[in-house]
Amino acid sequence: MQRSKAHPSAVPVLPEVGQFALILALSLAVCQTVLPLVGAHRGDTAMMGVARTAALGHFLFVAVAFGCLTYAFLSDDFSVLYVANHSQLSLPTLYKVSAVWGAHEGSLLMWILILAGWTLAVSRFSSGLPDAFAARVIGVLGFLSIGFLLFALLTSNPFDRLIPAAADGGDLNPLLQDPGLAIHPPLLYIGYVGFSVAFAFAIAAMISGDLDQKWAKWTRPWTTVAWLFLTLGIALGSWWAYYELGWGGWWFWDAVENASFMPWLIGTALIHSLAVTEKRGLFKSWTLLLAISAFSLSLLGTFLVRSGIIVSVHAFATDPTRGFFILTFLAIVVIGALVLFAWRAPSLDSDVGFGLLSRETFLLLNNVLLVVATALVLIGTLSPLVIEMATGGKISIGPPWFNVAFLVPMLPLVILLGMGMHTAWRIQDASSWWRVLRIPALVAIVAGILIPLAIYGRISVLLVVGSAAAVWIVVSSLIQPLRSLRREKGAAGITRSALGMCVAHLGMGLFVLGVTIVSAFGVESDQALQPGESIEVAGYEFHMVGLSNVQGPNFSAIEAEIEIRDGADIVATIRPQKRQYLVQRSPMTEAGIRAGLDKDLFVALGDQLGNNTWSVRVQYKPLIRLIWLGALIMALGGLIAISDRRYRSDKRKATAPAPKAAEATA
Amino acid sequence: MKPRQQRMLAVGLAALGIAIAAGLTLRAFQDNMMFFVEISDVVKGNHPTERNFRIGGLVVGGSMQREEGSLDINFEVTDTACTVPVRYSGVLPDLFREGQGVVAHGRLDGDGVFVAEKIMAKHDEDYMAPEVADSLSKHQKDIQDAAVKGASECGSSAS
Repeated sequence: MQRSKAHPSAVPVLPEVGQFALILALSLAVCQTVLPLVGAHRGDTAMMGVARTAALGHFLFVAVAFGCLTYAFLSDDFSVLYVANHSQLSLPTLYKVSAVWGAHEGSLLMWILILAGWTLAVSRFSSGLPDAFAARVIGVLGFLSIGFLLFALLTSNPFDRLIPAAADGGDLNPLLQDPGLAIHPPLLYIGYVGFSVAFAFAIAAMISGDLDQKWAKWTRPWTTVAWLFLTLGIALGSWWAYYELGWGGWWFWDAVENASFMPWLIGTALIHSLAVTEKRGLFKSWTLLLAISAFSLSLLGTFLVRSGIIVSVHAFATDPTRGFFILTFLAIVVIGALVLFAWRAPSLDSDVGFGLLSRETFLLLNNVLLVVATALVLIGTLSPLVIEMATGGKISIGPPWFNVAFLVPMLPLVILLGMGMHTAWRIQDASSWWRVLRIPALVAIVAGILIPLAIYGRISVLLVVGSAAAVWIVVSSLIQPLRSLRREKGAAGITRSALGMCVAHLGMGLFVLGVTIVSAFGVESDQALQPGESIEVAGYEFHMVGLSNVQGPNFSAIEAEIEIRDGADIVATIRPQKRQYLVQRSPMTEAGIRAGLDKDLFVALGDQLGNNTWSVRVQYKPLIRLIWLGALIMALGGLIAISDRRYRSDKRKATAPAPKAAEATA
Repeated sequence: MKPRQQRMLAVGLAALGIAIAAGLTLRAFQDNMMFFVEISDVVKGNHPTERNFRIGGLVVGGSMQREEGSLDINFEVTDTACTVPVRYSGVLPDLFREGQGVVAHGRLDGDGVFVAEKIMAKHDEDYMAPEVADSLSKHQKDIQDAAVKGASECGSSAS
């Protein structure tokens, strides 16, 4: 790498300004933590009043730091080591911006910015909360900020200089030069970090000892927002892996994927258990524990990704001091929270009862199954580490294990889901329950047999169970909204939060259908192909028309033109590429995909086999789009749920007791 | 249900769930665990025979051979001390190239050739799977040299 003066357009001191801003943000985070917590303890309103101001200042300074780093990327300031390593003059502007969070240091800064953003949001939208409670929540969030700011400043400073500056940068990893991956980390982090709010609410409630249902009501919308972003982030990551890693899988049970999936599973359990706590005042200590676990698992994920102890395509470069720092922080947070929990939990007895056939029972089962699923994923993810530490043997756990292990709790979960939606709180009369459920059950069983048999021409037990479960959820989710459409004038419609639940469950049903069908009927085939030749996969003819050279802004590529034919019809023409990025000199596969709701047809170029022949991976993926569409609809359900009126009316009747919930619907 | 019964129900369900989870884990783990075996051990015959395992090392320079127009490829992988021939049929990962680190899943056939079902090369050039890095550094050879020429000596390996 040639070295010379920094790029002339760069403002020389901005990186130092950024670093200084981070240090100021740290001091404000200390104020934001100490003063409100002490103030809330003493009942000193002046000290508590610092919380919101400090949170605002803290956010502004982190934003300044983030802006400085972004500017360094945009102005090609290769005197900043991080920029020199992860950008390059000819990198398109969009990717210069996304390169800011393309590697460890910058993505940590984004994490910090998002945490500060959540804190700011809490401080703005918490005017309905009692002062002491809000002060404690903001204080706890400040404590988390201190940890991450120290982490950045001590081990991972993005503003470290490179002297003398490089003439050109080392370029962003070509894999990350993709619009999907540009927004995947922000979405994922908003979700990950968002669970810190539920965590802070739980801690604040435990510190104050005031653990009635109110805190559950306050926490719910925040948790749902975090969950919906995490859902989007994971779905986007899965979609990206599908088209960009080039090999057409959508989930690999990779340690880093698991690291984001475990908080999602626990977050999902938390959303459901918060519903019970809010409506019925039950499961209080369990809900607290889930709120602690969701965020702890987010931290664990951070540790796994950034310490380099896990073998993964996603892992950041290794640095033991970083791993040690996060592990210490994780230990402080988890142990601190659990000690607090052990101290408060015994006072959480509740005298409310519920019947065996009641929504409470189903939500309890939901929680148990989701926690078991999380535990299994955790065991599969961590056991290679544990076994290596214990015996020195190096093992890996394959996706087949995860597939089977995960199915065990998931299958009952999806079947129970359809029942639980139509079960009343407290106690449900069995005969009226059966009258509601028998039609959907019948539809599900018939459709479960017909879908695989009539459309795809093959049948097995697992296929019937999977398809029936999917249809079962879809139909059960539609009952309530449809009924509300047909209602008589004046009758109460469906609430937003109930509608959100139905929509989210509908998404789940579509997701299950997609997974079932694509796992059973998807075809992947490696073949050799040359221009003028055709191959047949899954009844479609893939004809290679020709090969050409293509020039991109920072890569050159060989592009194949492939016609997909179904009998005499041309279904689509796709153009997969094999790119060679000029600076990192690394090849990249850009798959050609004919995407459709019913199926994807996918061709990725492998390598040249000589004689103008290429290896290609051809795939037929029926209903794979339902996997991401389902996730999108789940997130949409979350969005609808938080728009429910009772969250908006918080401000006005802050001191009034929580309104009696509409038991029949929500 | 009384709160007490509810708690019993919750505890019972949780215990049942965990029992199923534990049982599944123990049973299926055995079948799905894949060991990483150093190439020097593979050459000595210290490797599983009835099941797949993983090997990792550097692709030896000049060892890649493929019949023109065929998906079948042969190459050698070294841990700098010993070398094992590998056969694979299919699309290779983007970053697979001579002199680079690689991990392969598969098993040894009767002729001492590792038949790979899956080949993985890391998507970041600076990164090497920790187990491969370990294995390479253990054998204390000049990695650059070995990657170009292949392994020079293979201990007491005549197997």
